[in-house]
Amino acid sequence: MSTGIPTAIEAPRFRALTSVRATGIVGIASAIILAAATFTAIFGPLLAPYDPELPNLSLAWIGPAGGHLLGFDVQGRDVLSRLLAGAQTSMLGPLVVVIVSIVTGSLLAVVAAWRRGAADAAISSGLDILFAFPGILLAVLATAVFGAGLPAAAIALSLAYMPYVARVLRGAAYRERSQPYVAALEVQGASATSICLRHLIPNMLPLIVAQATILFGYAMVDLAAISFLGLGVQPPRPDWGVMISENQTGIVQGYPLPALSAGVCIVAVVIAVNVLGERLFEQAEAGRR
Amino acid sequence: MSDPAAVAALESPGAAASAPLLEVAGLSVLLEINGAKRPVLRDVSLTVRPGEAVGLVGESGSGKSMTARAIDRLLPRGAEVTGSIRFGGEDVNQLTGAGLRRYRNKVAMIFQDPRAHTNPVRRIGDFMTEALQANLAVSAPEARRRAVDMLAQVGIDDGAKRLGQYPHQMSGGMLQRVMIAAALLTKPRLLLADEPTTALDVTTQAEVMAILDGLRREFGLAMLFITHDLDLAAAICDRTAVMYAGQIVEIRASALLHDDPLHPYTAALAAARPDITQTAHRLRAIPGRPLSAFEAPSQECAFAPRCPHATDICRTEVPALARLDGGVSRCARARELRGQLGGAPGG
Repeated sequence: MSTGIPTAIEAPRFRALTSVRATGIVGIASAIILAAATFTAIFGPLLAPYDPELPNLSLAWIGPAGGHLLGFDVQGRDVLSRLLAGAQTSMLGPLVVVIVSIVTGSLLAVVAAWRRGAADAAISSGLDILFAFPGILLAVLATAVFGAGLPAAAIALSLAYMPYVARVLRGAAYRERSQPYVAALEVQGASATSICLRHLIPNMLPLIVAQATILFGYAMVDLAAISFLGLGVQPPRPDWGVMISENQTGIVQGYPLPALSAGVCIVAVVIAVNVLGERLFEQAEAGRR
Repeated sequence: MSDPAAVAALESPGAAASAPLLEVAGLSVLLEINGAKRPVLRDVSLTVRPGEAVGLVGESGSGKSMTARAIDRLLPRGAEVTGSIRFGGEDVNQLTGAGLRRYRNKVAMIFQDPRAHTNPVRRIGDFMTEALQANLAVSAPEARRRAVDMLAQVGIDDGAKRLGQYPHQMSGGMLQRVMIAAALLTKPRLLLADEPTTALDVTTQAEVMAILDGLRREFGLAMLFITHDLDLAAAICDRTAVMYAGQIVEIRASALLHDDPLHPYTAALAAARPDITQTAHRLRAIPGRPLSAFEAPSQECAFAPRCPHATDICRTEVPALARLDGGVSRCARARELRGQLGGAPGG
């Protein structure tokens, strides 16, 4: 006699089980990598065993040796210390980019979907114009205006990513706006601002979070590229992108470890974030059904 | 096209006694569908007086819901509206921003499908108190207290607990009662009920209808009640307007509508209803199919192709609404057909 009631009670437990199983080893590993990276970003400078900015040219390009697990870089600084200390800017930069581009992008998307007509046309064509500028070009422009450094690079990338966010979320906002419950709120006399902030955006949240995680990966790679070009974080500050840039000559000279270790950190975090983002998105879609 | 003022006067003899609360005159709506402008309402005129219940009856696509949506300014974007909608003397089509929100607090709407019309991820309490807090500056605890009181009025006794629940935790009938309570919370003067019981079980329908009608009378609310059920409209409405192909074809006291219709379409609707006292071997249907407003011919009566009484005059001009025996009818032969249309055969 398995009626509707017991299955209804068991359903959530079953869901939780399958979601853990679906996450699997890859998902758990991704979560661990991300947690470790976040921890390092916060406490990295305290964890670093040696001064990450103190050069000692006599030690340049020396491989792993007693107490220095990853050896020394081009200027003879401890690679592990620079990796740990560099996590801060390498993680913070993408975080700022994601927050700024997601917030502005969602607001524009919701305004476009709510006002429709002329406002939507203006916002959409404005976004089309922004699409035309590659992120790196914007970064060069921002450097010219604000001077080289992480803030300029972050502003430029936020501006470059915002149209992508707005484009995707605008579709979702349109879908949500045409839900009957929105009409019901309107006839209740709820204001547009309150409907948008209290109903539309919260209901779009799974998509927004998924977008954010995907963008985080892109932002990390792009910021590293900008730092590599010398427009982002300025040496001698440690940063994973800067480390690749400084130690690139080592790759051809037979000392690949300093550059590669920073590259591996970037790749690991980007993959971890993307895997988790994809899982989140899948779960949101499954929940929608 | 009929002169709006004349129709309003026609329709309510001696109306000077009470000024209408809602006055719709010569309302026509064009919607853009696939790039083409198509009419969905044509020359709709009706009035609702304070405390009065007016039924709006018609087949699917006849424009009942569109009329209600036009009144509550919920038409899709790009809708082209002509004619006037006045509420308490105020021109509804000119309202914007805060004025529109205040108006919507006075004109509440109850929808056909309560589940689609609630945000599934917000609690009932949020839904019910949102308008009170945002527009009427009621404090949160006071709004919740009023919500619990109103839930008790619609027969939900454990209101305090219900406020913390989500829409999916309630049955359709209960959710519709919550919607009624939410609609009444802002103390509206007019209720637009768009087939409020159509999506419910038959047993729940009667219960919800009784609650709605009882509270409406208790609060002295006017109501525009949209339904496709002629008998239901007759049971709870003072007057009933019948719509066909985006036009009003008849407005008459509900009590007379069924047995003494003025328009052949109303007669056909009444006759199509199965008689529960006899076994019907074959249900009587109106021949042909219902026309959408945009298909309606501009040179003849829209119902003429399906009308058993149609003659040449019906096919040469669109009849105007004309007053007849205390009601209004849009039929060229209404006067000569008096007494011949009768009620439902056997009824």
